[in-house]
Amino acid sequence: MRKVLFSAPRVLARRLSTATATGSTITTAIGPLPVTHSANIVNTLDWPKWPVFRVMEPSGKIVEGVPEPQISEEEALKMYQMMVRIQNLDDIFYNAQRQGRISFYMQANGEEAIHIGSAAALSPNDMVFAQYREQGVLLWRGFTLQQTADQCFSNESDRGKGRQMPVHYGSRALNYQTISSPLATQIPQAVGAAYAKKLLKEDSISICYFGEGAASEGDFHAALNFASTLDVPMVFFCRNNGYAISTPVADQFRGDGIASRAAGYGMHAIRVDGNDLFAVKAATEAARKLALEKSVPVLIEAMSYRQGHHSTSDDSTRYRSSEEIKMWQDEQDPVDRFRKYMESKGWWNAEQDAALRDKERSAVLHAMETAEQKAKPALPLMFVDVYNEKPHHIVKQEQELLEHISKYPDQYADHH
Amino acid sequence: MALVSRFVRSSRQAVAVSKRFNSTGLETKRMNLFTAVNDAMRIAMETDDSAILFGEDVGFGGVFRCSVGLQEKFGKHRVFNTPLCEQGIAGFAIGYASMGKTAIAEIQFADYIFPAFDQIVNEAAKFRFRSGNEFNCGGLTFRTPCGAVGHGALYHSQSPEAYFCHTPGLVVVMPSCPSDAKGLLLSSIRSPDPVVFFEPKALYRAAVEEVPVGDYMVPLGKAKVTREGTDVTIVAWGNQVNVAAKAADMAAEQGISVEIIDLRTLLPWDTETVFNSVIKTGKLIITHEAPKTGGYAAEISAAVTEECFLNLETPIQRVTGYDTPFPLVHEKYYVPDQTKIFEAIKKAVNF
Repeated sequence: MRKVLFSAPRVLARRLSTATATGSTITTAIGPLPVTHSANIVNTLDWPKWPVFRVMEPSGKIVEGVPEPQISEEEALKMYQMMVRIQNLDDIFYNAQRQGRISFYMQANGEEAIHIGSAAALSPNDMVFAQYREQGVLLWRGFTLQQTADQCFSNESDRGKGRQMPVHYGSRALNYQTISSPLATQIPQAVGAAYAKKLLKEDSISICYFGEGAASEGDFHAALNFASTLDVPMVFFCRNNGYAISTPVADQFRGDGIASRAAGYGMHAIRVDGNDLFAVKAATEAARKLALEKSVPVLIEAMSYRQGHHSTSDDSTRYRSSEEIKMWQDEQDPVDRFRKYMESKGWWNAEQDAALRDKERSAVLHAMETAEQKAKPALPLMFVDVYNEKPHHIVKQEQELLEHISKYPDQYADHH
Repeated sequence: MALVSRFVRSSRQAVAVSKRFNSTGLETKRMNLFTAVNDAMRIAMETDDSAILFGEDVGFGGVFRCSVGLQEKFGKHRVFNTPLCEQGIAGFAIGYASMGKTAIAEIQFADYIFPAFDQIVNEAAKFRFRSGNEFNCGGLTFRTPCGAVGHGALYHSQSPEAYFCHTPGLVVVMPSCPSDAKGLLLSSIRSPDPVVFFEPKALYRAAVEEVPVGDYMVPLGKAKVTREGTDVTIVAWGNQVNVAAKAADMAAEQGISVEIIDLRTLLPWDTETVFNSVIKTGKLIITHEAPKTGGYAAEISAAVTEECFLNLETPIQRVTGYDTPFPLVHEKYYVPDQTKIFEAIKKAVNF
């Protein structure tokens, strides 16, 4: 398995050098470099594609010749249960938005193995910077369904104080930085956080999740360049799920996905089957270990598929066929795959599955109904936390608003 | 070589023999603006182990010498070059500060701060608010040289403070002299809010003052009355404070008493000091190098009109750069110099 991890770059280098170099070197500003005497313009699209690391087939069987994953029944059940929780959360909250009970929601159908596989490989002290489609990572670390519902319903228990749209979760206690809507801004921030850990010689990393679309932003480039030049201990985790809203990968980049970009930054990288829970976990464990041991960044590209719409504001059947979606749901679903594995081990059956799904569904519904009943955050909270202390001009504006409301109480009465 | 060292040795001896002290008894030393900035950063890093300084070319001392000696003193892990990428500098700084640490991020010219604008405005400014105070990046200070320098043209002369003053959550600071620069920078670095600290580059060498050698802070959010007067109030910041002083001298020759207020912190700004002055004089001029339309003088003017309307004896005037990009060969005409401010003073007084 180690050979599979690291052979790709060596293959590329050999290919390049034997094709053109004469064997001698010349001096350049970046050191001695091999020289060639033919104007051979290289088409990087001719280079071999980065292989995808897989351990478990879609059938749930471990690949022939690959050692059996070291996992207990208890661990497997915990991971499966968490994936089922994500599915139920996504289903119920999507419908809640459709019913007008919350304003917005984003599902992660098809990416449950990415969430749980990677989260299970991390330490609670690792700082997570996510994009917006990583709710399973947060749930794994201990965020409760109630906290999730409270944020989505923007009630008084929301730790974010009702300031942001649903799914913009954050938790200091769980080392999960608050989600922000601008894409890719978290990527260079994760580098800064990793640098702090490096200086403090902490036994933890920062990990940053983002989609393949966000990887087109300038901040992605900035971050990888900084991370590699400053030698920071972190993992860049790209969820390549095929779409950025309606934009398919063919319109997003020309190169071989995101993993291939590591070469430009002189970085370690691995491409993994994002629908294979075992492979995701193993890849993340290996990347984290390397990042800590060598104080280097590692890029993981997890290949998956966004089964759901981009968000509740999107109808993806307008830009992709139902057949395409169905194919991924039927043949490549990560939760199905893992369930089949557990069934093959005799750890799971259809009855237990039905019971678990029922239990999770009830738990989500209960959290949602509880969240819906809670009061909204108090109005003065709109004027707090802009700065550490409230400056005088904000104090004044708050007073103006309160005076205004007292003159038009009906206009501003809270409607439930 | 020998001649130079003799000179240096003897002047050092002179300093050692006669230490200087200011009116409050603090030991001082002659410093220009970049030395004062350097001193502030040295003290900040001595008193805060987590403080790091980074940006383009800061390692060897910086293109304006603001970081001379700091890498030698604190090590490459705390004072280092970054790749040439302002959005990377900003994002990295925010992430470092979000861990509760102190980040001093240098943007080589304010003209190049715009790739970092998204990180500064959408992320740094909103970090605490959007997280419900679960997280903050208060330990973050951006430092960047701004303003006219005589030959900078479009891209080495800008004063972009207005863009940032329009962003709740940021603190925006601009000193007008070395002693304020040191104290304000220390306050900014130690402030629990993210600060954008503008350094008027024309003053790096040209402004020289006796600056206290110790650790001191000048309060943020507090303007300074640099000259008291009774007839006209001028509000300014950065190098324009010095230009306003020259105009005030011209006015004094004609018997006009001008009060000058150095705003120092642009966001949040010291409304009380400005309003009290306008109540006293009844006449206000605001001056900045940045272009007129949408410039920060508009904010000051609107607020004063709201609060001091009945005290005003004459319309508020803005003496600013024109609504063009900053030109090269015509810079002398572009900048709001002392004669333009002087004309505004006369116009106010003769209304």
